[in-house]
Amino acid sequence: MIQINNLSKKYKDTDFYSVKKLNLNINEGEIFGLLGPNGAGKTTLISMLSSLLKPTSGSFSINKLTYSENQKELKQLIGTVPQEYALYPTLTALENLMYFGSMYGVKKPLLKEEIYTHLEILGLSKFSHQKIKTFSGGMKRRINLIAGILHKPKVLFLDEPTVGVDVQSRNAIIKHLEKLNKNGTTIIYTSHHLNEAEEFCTRVAIIDHGSIVVKGEPKELINDQQGAKHLEDVFLSLTGKALRDYA
Amino acid sequence: MPKLLASAYKELLLLTRDIGGLAVLFLMPLLLVIVITTVQDGSFKTIKQNKIDILLVDKDKGEVSQTIHDNLRTSDMFNIIEQSNENEAQKLIQNGKYQLAIILPENLSNDLNLKIAENVDGILAKFGVDESEDLPGTIQIEPKEVKLFFDPATQFSFRNAIKSGINQMVSKIETKSIYKAFQEEISEDSNEEIFDTESFIIFKEIIPNSGKEAMIPNSTQHNIPAWSLFAIFFIILPLSINMVKEKNQGTFVRLRTHPVSYATVLGGKAIVFLLVSLIQFALMLVVGIFLFPLIDLPQLNISGRLPLLFVVALFAGLAAVGLGLLLGTIAKSQEQSAPFGATFVVILAAIGGVWVPVFAMPQLMQTLSNLSPMNWGLNAFYDVFLRNVGFIEILPEIGLLTLFFIATTFIAIIYYKRKNAV
Repeated sequence: MIQINNLSKKYKDTDFYSVKKLNLNINEGEIFGLLGPNGAGKTTLISMLSSLLKPTSGSFSINKLTYSENQKELKQLIGTVPQEYALYPTLTALENLMYFGSMYGVKKPLLKEEIYTHLEILGLSKFSHQKIKTFSGGMKRRINLIAGILHKPKVLFLDEPTVGVDVQSRNAIIKHLEKLNKNGTTIIYTSHHLNEAEEFCTRVAIIDHGSIVVKGEPKELINDQQGAKHLEDVFLSLTGKALRDYA
Repeated sequence: MPKLLASAYKELLLLTRDIGGLAVLFLMPLLLVIVITTVQDGSFKTIKQNKIDILLVDKDKGEVSQTIHDNLRTSDMFNIIEQSNENEAQKLIQNGKYQLAIILPENLSNDLNLKIAENVDGILAKFGVDESEDLPGTIQIEPKEVKLFFDPATQFSFRNAIKSGINQMVSKIETKSIYKAFQEEISEDSNEEIFDTESFIIFKEIIPNSGKEAMIPNSTQHNIPAWSLFAIFFIILPLSINMVKEKNQGTFVRLRTHPVSYATVLGGKAIVFLLVSLIQFALMLVVGIFLFPLIDLPQLNISGRLPLLFVVALFAGLAAVGLGLLLGTIAKSQEQSAPFGATFVVILAAIGGVWVPVFAMPQLMQTLSNLSPMNWGLNAFYDVFLRNVGFIEILPEIGLLTLFFIATTFIAIIYYKRKNAV
């Protein structure tokens, strides 16, 4: 489904690669977790895959399509849920979702139906006419997710979709994503919640300094790492305990 | 098309949700046009109705100074305050207490009469008319200097107007004195009027019109188009801020992952902000027609010109929107877009002739004004408002405004594509 070949990204004014000659294949129907400490290159990788950043070198294709040749088709195929809320605070939840859904080309009657279905599942239907600026962080996260899936994407990129939310919101989001996956959406997501990734992902890749350190099924990685009981143990032993601060 | 409409609808919602911003968007331009017209109309009335205090130091105390005195008084423009000391008068002007002091030199009347008599005698002697056998020897009479002290704060145009007025008055006195001297020499009866001393050449001000109804220019007819245009171009501020805000909110980043072209996104904004500029213009007209007469300002006359006025406003709005879209695309923060936008509009207005007429500008500025879309818009407005022309005559100006919109939007799209190429 997604084939990444020697993909690199070096930002201007920096002397290091955020993503360095990365190779990865993600299969259709997978829930693939990109894990790594701060500054490891997760967001940069997901930004390149969702057309927000131009790679410095290397290439990738999604469903055999590339942005240079099939930009419109590819954008129709993917859904993106950014880390920031990326919603209009003065518009209501419904207005926000109607707008972003329209930009995917979803027709009005179908779009409204789709919106209300997702709002219902994520427990937000009674807030549909409320402005986003009045929403809690967890509610905004859920709306943020819905905005990226209204056109039923084949591939969904999520950048830390559960960061900063309560357990209930996180549970609702994960359950909904699992349902989407069951309906055929391939999911690629980044997270710092390793327990969540251990449960949720079919495969994960631990990235550090722009390169993949290890990849595989969570259980397989835990078994392969001596003395590891959880994915967090594998993560710490491979990336170290030193603080990662980037200015 | 549905994406464009959805985009425009979203912009409309965003605008209407910000009631304060909307009020500023519509009320401030109205306030601007009311204040500017009141000030300009007021200054005009001040000169015509309210007398300006001026100091007069009369060292002559003669016939000429009395005539100047009388002329100044009858001009209805000045309130004359006699001052005996020149230095004191100068001090009062320096302090800004008065704007003008006129110093009439000693022996002005006497020397003027002597000089004229000498000249007249000389002329008559040449013609052999003078009966006196002995011409007095030529006395060296120095030219007289009427000093004018101006408050440094007074404007150049005011100083020029006063200088020209005084000059005219002195010339008239000189002419009359010459006629009088001739009359005394030629006629035995000093009361006999040989010469008609009234001006032979008089001026008549005519505003040309092409057979249509004549339009009398006044402060409203000049101000409404000029400041409407200024307000229309100020739309670049909210528009560019709106775009920068979207970048900072992350909504713009999200949109980049959608299968929607940048032209569609800009199109939605253009539709709504164009509508805003047209509403602004309509409100300006309403104020000019209905409010101005109530506050003792000249009423705006738009008889029969409404459709053409809206055509000009539409194309001026397009040009302004294009500029706003370009600024919003390039600017990274509100700190960049707001001060740049505001200053740039003021510069465009200045070189466009909103404050000072283009013909009164230095040559370089006149050339530059040809590049200002505000100049094109203003010319089109004046054509319709004051020259009463038809659609064909304003085609060049609206053509330029359209080209400006196309160019700025095209540059914005190219810039965006280059910046966000994947």
